[in-house]
Amino acid sequence: MGMTITEKILARHSGRTSVRPGDNVWVDVDVLMTHDVCGPGTFGIFKREFGAEAKVWDREKLVVIPDHYIFTKDMHANRNIQILRDFAKEQGLPHYYDVGTDRYKGVCHVAMPEEGFTRPGEVLFGTDSHTCTAGAFGEFATGIGNTDAAFILGTGKLWVKVPETMQFVFEGEMPKYLMAKDLILAVIGRIGVDGATYRAMDFAGSTVDAMTMEDRMTLCNMVIEAGGKNGVCTPDRTTTDYVRARTAKEFECHTNDGDARYHSVHRFNVAEIEPTVAKPHSPDNKAAVSEVAGTRLDRAYIGSCTGGKVSDFVAAAEVLYGERVRIDTFIVPATTDVAREIRTLKVKDKTVMQIFEEAGCRIGESSCAACLGGPSDTFGRLNGAEVCISSTNRNFPGRMGSKSSQVYLASPYTVAASAVKGVITSPREFFA
Amino acid sequence: MKPIITGRAFVLGNDIDTDQIIPAAHLVYKLDDPEERKNYGRYALSGVPAAQSGLPQGNVPFVRDGEWRSGYTIIVAGKNFGCGSSREHAPFALQVAGIEAVVAESYARIFYRNAIDGAFVAPYETPDRLAQEVRTGDELTLDTAAGTLTNRTQGKEYRLNSLGDVEHILRAGGIFEYARTSGMLQKR
Ligand code: SF4
Repeated sequence: MGMTITEKILARHSGRTSVRPGDNVWVDVDVLMTHDVCGPGTFGIFKREFGAEAKVWDREKLVVIPDHYIFTKDMHANRNIQILRDFAKEQGLPHYYDVGTDRYKGVCHVAMPEEGFTRPGEVLFGTDSHTCTAGAFGEFATGIGNTDAAFILGTGKLWVKVPETMQFVFEGEMPKYLMAKDLILAVIGRIGVDGATYRAMDFAGSTVDAMTMEDRMTLCNMVIEAGGKNGVCTPDRTTTDYVRARTAKEFECHTNDGDARYHSVHRFNVAEIEPTVAKPHSPDNKAAVSEVAGTRLDRAYIGSCTGGKVSDFVAAAEVLYGERVRIDTFIVPATTDVAREIRTLKVKDKTVMQIFEEAGCRIGESSCAACLGGPSDTFGRLNGAEVCISSTNRNFPGRMGSKSSQVYLASPYTVAASAVKGVITSPREFFA
Repeated sequence: MKPIITGRAFVLGNDIDTDQIIPAAHLVYKLDDPEERKNYGRYALSGVPAAQSGLPQGNVPFVRDGEWRSGYTIIVAGKNFGCGSSREHAPFALQVAGIEAVVAESYARIFYRNAIDGAFVAPYETPDRLAQEVRTGDELTLDTAAGTLTNRTQGKEYRLNSLGDVEHILRAGGIFEYARTSGMLQKR
């Protein structure tokens, strides 16, 4: 019987010729990623279990990226970064991206591809639920906790239950006003926040084939918001061009067999998908932008691993060109590379950054910032009862700070259009 | 995991995410410092909106001000418990606060996995909508060998779903102990 991409990768990494959904297998790990929130705990468990003198299983395969609580006076948060720093030094880690140096990157899930750590056919675990973003590259990537990560640090292995695969097929050319974010919000709205629990979500169809890597990352980033274990796109020329430009390491591209079995197949004609939001307080609380248009807003936020990539800012700049924002609008480039690029990249005759500055946006330093609230002095954090429209991925109660705040999730187009009007606004008004 | 888990119930609704279990601002304390780790108990479930905290009445504080142990032993919840981030601080915070088991209709997978591999709390699934029946404060007994939950306050007994393949990891005391007993890691 045929296998899906996820099944093929897990079979290959557990030394078998085939696996089936439900099998428990021990896999060899290609890359482990951790950050400032979960790294200290992971390293603590590693030492507790393997001894104070223990060395990690493979220095080349561990990537440590501080990104969550960076620009804060919070003493505990800064101590966490010091713990990463000490561990990287003690272990002689080549892939540590320290704060305050030229190597500093910012949000891990965007930094990983930039640095060439996301490669087709591999197994990537990270101590962050949005590690699933890397499935865009045709690999198995998922989030784990500190204990599992510490186990990998010592052994290079972890047990995995092989997930069933749900397939999501998008057909048609993307309308100008639509973004990958609208597609994934439509999916989550259809299947619910636990609609893919324990399963892989495979994205296919002509629309996905035509997407850039950044758009595929947006799709895979939010599979966790439907409870999914991993997201995956079939690697193609777009994938291999991107990856080869960033790493010399060999990799293997897998495709879904013609007779692979799926839990279910869900089809979408993108021409029928409207610009979409998730209303407070759940990513599956879907509405078409047109249904909530006119909702009063206090703030707009563009950033994070799902909505703070170069293409997200270019999209926002297309809408903000020559406009002024009516509400506080926060711009947080996911990584330092993104920040650099939008300073030179142009929309018409102006750089993206120039457009934001002229529109009256506030620009923050690369990191997770207010995406997860964080310490009270975090840039863009919702400290009161604000209503915010955001290109991030979660709007649970209190996610961006205060429990009394309300967050609408939307594409960068919709966020930018809403920032200009001060109320929720469809980007269709800007693309006549 | 104890063979018999007994104590008071704290009842919650659907989709309790990890930001509600332990808000992101509190992820900074050391997990292995005996004093500092108490903060995880202190702020456990502090992100749950007040009206949803301790159902059906609501507005029940899980941990009283100034304390770090909750006085509750078993959480009873609806669907998709522990959704959201991968933070292991979530099952850990519940454990520090004194929770030994969670009985929910379903779980988000990372929370479930963390609960088991770290042996923080026993995550049982119930085929019944127990969050509608059990009241916060009810006295419960969970018999892990028999797979039953008894509500001693209401005089009712329920069957829980088997833990399945992962039961031996939980019984061993987590993934490291499991790997030692199965010979994958050296015994110490
Ligand atoms: S940007 Fe937000 S969702 Fe992404 S890793 Fe950071 S906190 Fe998590």
